[in-house]
Amino acid sequence: MNPKRKQRLLAVTFIVFGVGAAVGLALFALSQNINLFFNPTQVEAGEAPVDQRIRVGGMVVEGSVNRDPNSLAVTFDLTDYQGVVTVAYTGILPDLFREGQGIVTQGRLDAEGIFQADEVLAKHDENYMPPEIQRAVDKANRAETSY
Amino acid sequence: MIAELGHYALILGFCFAILLSTIPLVGAWMGDRVWMRLSRPLAGGQFILVLGSFCALSLNFLLDDFSVQYVAGNSNSLLPWYYKISAVWGGHEGSLLLWALILTGWTAAVAKFSKSLPLDMVARVLGVMGLVNIGFMLFILMTSNPFLRYLPSSPQDGADLNPLLQDFGLIVHPPMLYMGYVGFSVAFAFAVAALLGGRLDAAWARWSRPWTTVAWSFQTLGIALGSWWAYYELGWGGWWFWDPVENASLMPWLAGTALMHSLAVTEKRGVFKSWTVLLAIFTFSLSLLGTFLVRSGILTSVHAFASDPERGSFVLALLIVTIGGSLLLYALRAPVVKSHIGFSERSREIFLLLNNILLMVATLTVLGGTMFPLIAEYAGYEVSVGAPYFNLMFGFLAPVLVLIMGVGIYSHWKDTPAGTLLRKVPPLAVISLPLALVVPWLMGSFEWMVVVGMFIAVWLTVATALDVWAKSASRKGRLQGWLKTSRSYKGMVLGHLGLAVTIVGATLVSHYTVEKDVRMAPGTVAEVAGYQFKFLSVGRKQGPNYVGDKADIQILDGDGDVVTTLHPEKRRYVVSDNVMTEAGISPGLLRDLYVSLGEPVGEQAWAVRLQYKPFVRWLWLGAILMTWGGLLAVADRRYRMLRKASSEKHSVDIQAQENRSATGVTAGGAE
Amino acid sequence: MRRLILFVPLLVIMAMFFLFQQMIDHDPTEMELARKDKPVPAFALPGLRNPERFFTQEDLKGKPMLVNVWATWCPSCRVEHPYLLKLAKEKGVQLVGLNYKDDRTAALEWLDKLGDPYVFTVFDEEGRLGLDLGVYGAPETYVVDAEGIIRYRHVGVVNEKVWNEVLAPLMEDSGTRESEVKDTRVNESTGSEQGASS
Repeated sequence: MNPKRKQRLLAVTFIVFGVGAAVGLALFALSQNINLFFNPTQVEAGEAPVDQRIRVGGMVVEGSVNRDPNSLAVTFDLTDYQGVVTVAYTGILPDLFREGQGIVTQGRLDAEGIFQADEVLAKHDENYMPPEIQRAVDKANRAETSY
Repeated sequence: MIAELGHYALILGFCFAILLSTIPLVGAWMGDRVWMRLSRPLAGGQFILVLGSFCALSLNFLLDDFSVQYVAGNSNSLLPWYYKISAVWGGHEGSLLLWALILTGWTAAVAKFSKSLPLDMVARVLGVMGLVNIGFMLFILMTSNPFLRYLPSSPQDGADLNPLLQDFGLIVHPPMLYMGYVGFSVAFAFAVAALLGGRLDAAWARWSRPWTTVAWSFQTLGIALGSWWAYYELGWGGWWFWDPVENASLMPWLAGTALMHSLAVTEKRGVFKSWTVLLAIFTFSLSLLGTFLVRSGILTSVHAFASDPERGSFVLALLIVTIGGSLLLYALRAPVVKSHIGFSERSREIFLLLNNILLMVATLTVLGGTMFPLIAEYAGYEVSVGAPYFNLMFGFLAPVLVLIMGVGIYSHWKDTPAGTLLRKVPPLAVISLPLALVVPWLMGSFEWMVVVGMFIAVWLTVATALDVWAKSASRKGRLQGWLKTSRSYKGMVLGHLGLAVTIVGATLVSHYTVEKDVRMAPGTVAEVAGYQFKFLSVGRKQGPNYVGDKADIQILDGDGDVVTTLHPEKRRYVVSDNVMTEAGISPGLLRDLYVSLGEPVGEQAWAVRLQYKPFVRWLWLGAILMTWGGLLAVADRRYRMLRKASSEKHSVDIQAQENRSATGVTAGGAE
Repeated sequence: MRRLILFVPLLVIMAMFFLFQQMIDHDPTEMELARKDKPVPAFALPGLRNPERFFTQEDLKGKPMLVNVWATWCPSCRVEHPYLLKLAKEKGVQLVGLNYKDDRTAALEWLDKLGDPYVFTVFDEEGRLGLDLGVYGAPETYVVDAEGIIRYRHVGVVNEKVWNEVLAPLMEDSGTRESEVKDTRVNESTGSEQGASS
């Protein structure tokens, strides 16, 4: 093989190998780290998987926030005006967490149907429904329409 | 009146951009020297006009002219004057005007510092930058005019600047980042100009190199500032979120890093020409894409303060014209002639090729992770791609890249004597492995990723140090030898060391951060990572445009000595009714102590987050080293000599240029 | 042949742009409306202020009007409320409220506190009319012409821009066209509408 050919072959091999490995890894990483989104109606209907990392979003039900006076444990209810799911969380809630405010939580659903959140996200703009929430509310309505 | 003047100046600037993008380009095409010469004054005039427009907007902010809609929406009479200035780019319209200002600024800089370039090249480069300017100014004038007024009645006071943006970091972060984003437009303009002129040679690469490096330096600093800002201002100590806006700034940086290295190969060896041109187009495209992603409203994230789908359509059209047009030009004009310059598989060319491949894969990884949720959403699924995906990918790509870097430093152009490279590996490994193993032991817990991270950081440092040792050998001693090395070599050394420092920071802070959420009342003591945090008191505080609670938390070290007293705050901004967490931070080279107030959980009691963040400063220290390295490389004598030499041989040059440009034009036409 | 390879980046980028374009056009606020250009579905629901008075689809005929779906649980409704007041007072727009899946006391309190822009408000506690209309969420605003035909649905907040660029032309359009074509019937139904609002 002449050196030029050899060189080109080498370059092509590198590229194919490198890109192939990266794509494989990316697909693997994606498959491991995609968090599916569920709304409270779906959770209530048992469509959400138990003990798998998912996101649940909705509005915090007014008057449902319960703080343990001696620790940082807190529970509250999330709703999309169709279903309700109880969320348990330990730690500090974000500044924009308020009753009646749309939020997204990330965590796992336990066997009792309580969502054990390890992350609570509130959106920064007050006048704005987070799109995920908006869609959760939309979806609940759509589901109703299709019956 | 001031607003109208600003608007007028912007329209005039737009007209100048039209002239700039037509006259010199036509002149270069027809070979008309007078028309080509017009490019420099036009570029200067355009800059002055946009600067005037920008100053007018700033003045509106300083004078609290709330009849201007943009001012009313982003400022308030209670705002301190320096935040009024930074509020100019706190919203969508103003940040675009800053973009345009910086773009015209770069154009003017190219006009000023291009004395050594052939006239037709200057005309084409400035003309292409003028084209980009047209797009952006049209965008501002059509969809995002910051000078619109409320008529006939105007609000009494403004809606206030988002409190997250009322901060020093945000005064400097966007301008720096834009300097980087926009700076890549110069490399892009050079690439397109070279394609237009049909002259893609080593000289082209040499001219674009310093510009690319400067832009890259700004981009590095801008990203680091953004990370630092998020760290202390968002209040919870996160320094990188893999959020779409951050990703949008990281992508051009990765591509720009690849471009810097591939330009070196093209300049020194005259190979990879097509690839380098493509990379230049690609890098600037990613900058534009970053803008697009942020502003179109397709993405919503913590940072997306301004988004609007209509504007998205406009930016999309802009992108199609700019990127599509340049790629079409590339497809038609890029050289396909086989290069006859050979190099072996042990050559520096191959190592830099590997660097490019890995950096491009990294870029695509980020692009994929950012776009995937959008595509999934379009297909009807709702998913989010979390930080673990990016961490996993970079945890794999970065070590491969750095290991190759360490060996690549020793490679020579064309071919490296057989065995040289292999001989370097054992000493590197022998030094790196024990150090990498001892760090987890020192930090108290063993983690594989820490070993990997420390191994590659030490590997790169030692490889660089050994190379410096070899290169600095001289009769007058090491120090003299080091000083005698070229600035671009010193720049490279600094840049690589900076990367190693950042890797150390990222590795250690990711794995050894200790975080505790505790309930604290006056007198409560909590222990985190050997430090005692004592909650002394909490009280009310009145700020200029906010009210808040302020706590005093005393920190004692293991021996019971007072380290410091921190004052974390919870603020409520009156006008916009926003709540903000102001963290108390005790910075240090080896560790930060980070305290933030959560929420009140009873009489005098608060939920408090206490954090110990080891080596977090190294993240940004490394970025500063990289920036410094980049700027040092640009200050290399090579580039200055070039300028001096050219002014001496000015007349000769002109003659030569005319010949060359004539052949360039005919070659272009013949193709 | 080699040159063809150089077109690959262009094609890839263009494909990507095409996707972007699709995504931008795929605006979630402009969902297809099943009942577009069809009459308002039949309903009989109590008024919010007066539970005894039942309103039907006939009450939505006579003049072009805006039917605004709102609720106290909807933060965006609070945002658009001042502008609705302005529309009703300054522009004389016929606004009908559809209080959607809400609490009567809270809703009345809201109107007392913030002002009432509506000619009348229908109380749709269980979301039945909302279901028939295909309401996705609140706020939504429907343009209903004098014939009681749904002309348009706007999802999201109504503000000056939406009014000027989208709703106002439609209102004018549905007003003039109807009056030209079906003069007599308009007069007929105007009577019933006025009866409802008094």
